[in-house]
Amino acid sequence: MKFSEQWLRSWVDPQLDSEQLAHLLTMAGLEVEENEPAAPAFDNVFVAEVLSIAKHPDADRLNVCSVNVGEAEPITIVCGAPNVAVGLKVPCARIGATLPGDFKIKRAKVRGVESSGMLCSGDELGIPDGVDGLLLLPADAPVGTPIRDYLQLDDRLLTLKLTPNRADCLSIKGIAREVAALTGAAASPVLPQAVAPSIDDARTVTLHAADACPRYIGRVLRNVDTRAATPDWMKQRLARSGIRSISAVVDVTNYVLLEQGQPMHAFDLARIEGGVQARFAKPGEKLVLLNEKEVALDSDMLVIADDVKALALAGIMGGLESSVGDATRDLFLESAYFAPGVIAGKGRRLGFSSDSSHRFERGVDFGASRAALERATQLILDICGGQAGPASEAVGTLPARPPVTLRVSRVARVLGVQLSAEEIVAILGRIGLPAELAGDAITVTPPSFRFDIEIEEDLIEEVARVYGYENIPVSASNAKLAMLPLPGDARGRMALKQLLVARDYREAINYAFVEAKWEADFAGNTAPVKLINPIASQMSVMRSTLIGGLIAGLKHNLNRKQERVRLFEVARVFNGVAADVQPERIAALAWGARAPEQWGAGKDKVDFFDIKADVEALIAPRVAEFRRASHPALHPGRSAEVVLDGVAIGVVGELHPQWVQAYEIGQAPVLFELDVAALLSVSRIKAEPVSKFQPVRRDLALVVDEAVSVAELQAAFATVKNPLVSSVALFDVYRGKGVEEGKKSLAFKVLIQDTRKTLTDEEVDAAVNQLLRKAETCGAMLRA
Amino acid sequence: MVANVQTLLDEGLAALAATSDAQELENAKARYIGKEGAITALLRQLGALPPEEKKTFGATVNQAKQAFEAALQARRDALTADKLAKQLAAEALDVTLPGRGQPSGGLHPVTLVQQRIEALFRSIGFDVADGPEIENDFHNFEALNIPKDHPARAMADTFYIEGEAGGEPLVLRTHTSPIQVRYMLNNQPPIKIVAPGRVYRVDSDATHSPMFHQMEGLWVDEGVSFADLKSVIVDFLRRFFERDDLQVRFRPSFFPFTEPSAEIDVLGERGWLEVGGCGMVHPNVLKNVGIDAEKYTGFAFGIGLDRFAMLYYGVNDLRLFFENDLSFLGQFE
Repeated sequence: MKFSEQWLRSWVDPQLDSEQLAHLLTMAGLEVEENEPAAPAFDNVFVAEVLSIAKHPDADRLNVCSVNVGEAEPITIVCGAPNVAVGLKVPCARIGATLPGDFKIKRAKVRGVESSGMLCSGDELGIPDGVDGLLLLPADAPVGTPIRDYLQLDDRLLTLKLTPNRADCLSIKGIAREVAALTGAAASPVLPQAVAPSIDDARTVTLHAADACPRYIGRVLRNVDTRAATPDWMKQRLARSGIRSISAVVDVTNYVLLEQGQPMHAFDLARIEGGVQARFAKPGEKLVLLNEKEVALDSDMLVIADDVKALALAGIMGGLESSVGDATRDLFLESAYFAPGVIAGKGRRLGFSSDSSHRFERGVDFGASRAALERATQLILDICGGQAGPASEAVGTLPARPPVTLRVSRVARVLGVQLSAEEIVAILGRIGLPAELAGDAITVTPPSFRFDIEIEEDLIEEVARVYGYENIPVSASNAKLAMLPLPGDARGRMALKQLLVARDYREAINYAFVEAKWEADFAGNTAPVKLINPIASQMSVMRSTLIGGLIAGLKHNLNRKQERVRLFEVARVFNGVAADVQPERIAALAWGARAPEQWGAGKDKVDFFDIKADVEALIAPRVAEFRRASHPALHPGRSAEVVLDGVAIGVVGELHPQWVQAYEIGQAPVLFELDVAALLSVSRIKAEPVSKFQPVRRDLALVVDEAVSVAELQAAFATVKNPLVSSVALFDVYRGKGVEEGKKSLAFKVLIQDTRKTLTDEEVDAAVNQLLRKAETCGAMLRA
Repeated sequence: MVANVQTLLDEGLAALAATSDAQELENAKARYIGKEGAITALLRQLGALPPEEKKTFGATVNQAKQAFEAALQARRDALTADKLAKQLAAEALDVTLPGRGQPSGGLHPVTLVQQRIEALFRSIGFDVADGPEIENDFHNFEALNIPKDHPARAMADTFYIEGEAGGEPLVLRTHTSPIQVRYMLNNQPPIKIVAPGRVYRVDSDATHSPMFHQMEGLWVDEGVSFADLKSVIVDFLRRFFERDDLQVRFRPSFFPFTEPSAEIDVLGERGWLEVGGCGMVHPNVLKNVGIDAEKYTGFAFGIGLDRFAMLYYGVNDLRLFFENDLSFLGQFE
């Protein structure tokens, strides 16, 4: 809601400057979003009259004007405006004036002719009027009056960012009511007087939807001059509210909307066949609206119709056919109340909203429809002439305003400040909520202009707002002390993030919506969860893998000449729409050298086993299995499924060469993606005693076929149930001289230990032999 | 004879002084006090001398031998020290060369700020809660007292998702408030939680991202009042920004799920700055989740984590948070 401060002050004029007024409104919950001057600063500009014009002797396009500025002698001004003419009233900047943009007016010679000022256009004064040339003032503008005073330019334009519950402040009347309540300043509202009918003409008004349209008042006006000019004062107030002047009748309806908060509509009476009715649209019914768009009406849309056809979309927009034009002579003027639930959402469904629907869907004062009709009638008669008929009113089921009870004790409980019953009653009274006190209970019957007072808390809010939030103490509560649980067998996702940070990854954040192609490429998902209204096609589906975002992050950084990229992300993925299929994942990508380029270190590229170590670190102290598996994003020979306690929890591997090529990455990044939930539980550590007896180390070098995996040998070793064998760990892989082609040598470090005594050589040999026998079942031979 | 001993000793001491390594030193030792050494030879002659002479000459030779041995030890120590000094000099490094190995990475600034806020609230007993990002209409709107077609729905432009759950339309959550709904449905008071997460709105320009981060806070118990809300929020903001004199303002506002509601402003260098919204949990919300609204009261608040990260780190462009540019992320070690 944008309005002129002067307009508001004509209703209520508290002893506050503009800044203080804006602060008052903001702190009462009516946030002043903007507070700007109606015109930029300038001075020494006066109403002047052009007395005579002569061609400039040396310039075709210039005129030498004699101008009356209200002094005894006229002054001479050279003027180049195309619309200058004798008798015009225009703004004149005198010598010494400063115009917007710090433009100073000095005595000057223009092509040899002395000029003692400047006649001004609207643009030059910072009040654009769309006219090419001088700003033309009304003929009765008093010569010599400062233009700022004459045009009331020392005004400010306030814009309120109103919350949806405060529809009562969508008018000058409502804001004035609020300001008067908050400041105690006396209000001088415009109180519309009933217009005595001068003709008998009327149309019957029928309500076929008494809940949707609980009140409808209409009146016939005849012989209205719809081509009459809107008065400047009205145009100015409309303009300062951001509303363009259209025609006198339309301007009046808009003016009453702004002033009284009541949306009005005027029909061309000649287009109404029979009576006027409010009803829901019929199946297949269509209507061409004022915006010249034809809309197909749904059965839950309320229309204003005559006996034959729909005339207007009730409370939202009028119809084109019945609209008031230059040829219109007779009007049917509407002031109605439509239920918020009936109007809400319809405009959005049709793709537009209007000042009218904005108000009706939030709630319009159903007790003031008649006053607004009288106000509009009087203004039309004053401006356009004509005769008014009697108002026809139909009333259905008006909203109930059941009394709401507020307990004094509850105010203290909710707000944490002790207010007396008298204080509360006084506060409510000030904002037009008459309150009755009985014991601890205060009863309020909400007025028709408030739609947000239904329960006790609604009144507590009003009390808090007017009492002032800043007056409520900042008090520490006597909260009960209770420590939070701290499970020893779980860790937070922050622990996972920090582990990856310690391993040189940086955290990325990507959008959860991605392009459909990423889902197909990196997850093999051809039926991803789709957005109905994406902001762009490359953000149209919900991701089921984090890989796409990491690849995009890699590409972004490669384009910025980064030589080494290591990113991770922790986020939800969307395997479906249900709450339990949106698991959190942790994924990481590494590209480039294993370590940053540095002296004395190799330049090896990061590979599968580097990233596998990161995965192992995330899972530790538990140990996962890595099984060969196929994944659409990954190289089939260089990727593995990560299996923990028999459950697949993710993948690790090199990006598939086809994507390396398609996404122009050059060299394959290595990636992993794991379920976060699987990583959050950790077994609580149980310490074991430290043996006093030293372990014995034996190395076992075994030659096996290339096809035999380390995991197979480890599985075979695991079947040895000898308690003396404390660990078997691979420490070398060798191919080449001394090992047959197609085979490899795997060296294991075997630790053998007895926690109670010193081992004998026989025990050690027996243990190593047991391991060797098992290895032989995998075709392993002791290396010669 | 005595004079000869002195001469011999002087010779021997000179020989020791002339040595430059352990081998030469051993050779010199052998020449004078070894089995065949010159001083040893003198000692051997003693037996043949008459007793008086034996006594005086013996003493002289023994003194000479002791003097030689002392000089030998001193020379040995000097040579060892010299050798060590040479070795140390040879082993010296350029200690200004950079350290080697893997550096560490860094967390995203939004995560850092989230962590900081979680830590502050944990310190006064708030737990951390979480919830899904594709939500149904009930959790995102209805339960929060935002019925269909309510004008408040226009306050946040919603992303809709194809399909439905439990006969309800699906949305990308427009705020973290559905987490409070889920938490309250599953827990009875006292409830003290913060709930960080990603949220979504149809908005994309220099100051709006279609995906951003919020943190929700909720405290429901007997006797929780607006004064408590003010106290917790003011305390939080002053600890977060580490400014005990930070001015905080509560401005009346409207949210369907709280009443009374307030916007939270802090006084910055360029005037009041909105940093979040808050209010007393609306009784309808408590009723919707099965909590006795007569017995319990509570407050809720919501803040934008991206905005807090911008303020905390002096970031002036929201888009930097979602580009994953290493030259930006690298600043957050």
